[in-house]
Amino acid sequence: MESIAFDLLSAFTLLCALGVVLSKNAVNGAMCMLLCLAGIAGLFVELHAYLLAFVLILVYGGAVVMLFLFIVMLLDMQGGQRWRFRRAQVVGALISAALLICGLDLLAMRGRLPSAAPVDHGVGSSLSFYSYQLFTTYMLPTQVIGFLLLIAMLGVIVLSRRHRPSPES
Amino acid sequence: MITPSLNSYVLLSAALFAIGFWGVLVRRNTLVIYMCLELMLGAATLALVAFSRFNHTEDGDIFVFFILTVAAAEVAVGLAIIVDLFRLRQTVQVDELDSLKR
Repeated sequence: MESIAFDLLSAFTLLCALGVVLSKNAVNGAMCMLLCLAGIAGLFVELHAYLLAFVLILVYGGAVVMLFLFIVMLLDMQGGQRWRFRRAQVVGALISAALLICGLDLLAMRGRLPSAAPVDHGVGSSLSFYSYQLFTTYMLPTQVIGFLLLIAMLGVIVLSRRHRPSPES
Repeated sequence: MITPSLNSYVLLSAALFAIGFWGVLVRRNTLVIYMCLELMLGAATLALVAFSRFNHTEDGDIFVFFILTVAAAEVAVGLAIIVDLFRLRQTVQVDELDSLKR
């Protein structure tokens, strides 16, 4: 049962990721990215990381993709073409991709990652666990991340302050 | 009940990362390149969550928290830079942004 859900969710996620890369229109790409993030959130739910799934949807789906769509609208851009590659580049890329796929396939067949059977935590206990950890063990990283957000905010304000005249004109 | 193994999660995240990397190499629009970068970050978070669940720790989940925060800050700054670039050069195609080459 869980395996079927995993298969469906992973196929959905990979298809949407392909949609991000292949779609001509940037808006369609952003929509595919939203669906792909929903798939990743579903996989998080299957890994029993409920809070992370919620935060992923909230932060990525709510803020990041909306920001992307907003910028696409603001700049009024078309999707843009691909690079035109030379034949040698295409051949080299195909060979290296085939080698990479062979290596990954061998790893998938032969390799066994040592893993214990997963344990189940309750939904509420993980929430209190996160908050306890964030304010005890990971206190310093939390503070540093707060400063990072502040610096990013100041940087964005400085970057978008006013319209400077172009130095080339 | 058969639960999917850690192997399948790691392979899925590798495939997702590869697709994102392919997009970064192939596309020319800066915004689409940025979206593919976010896909790669998502693949990394998936691997972290899977590893931490299958190894009975939850430290990886905490790291995913930090990754999400850094990604949000990164997107805000990067998009501001892209908008500024567009104001300056009227384009966001990466092969036309070559003023450092000349």
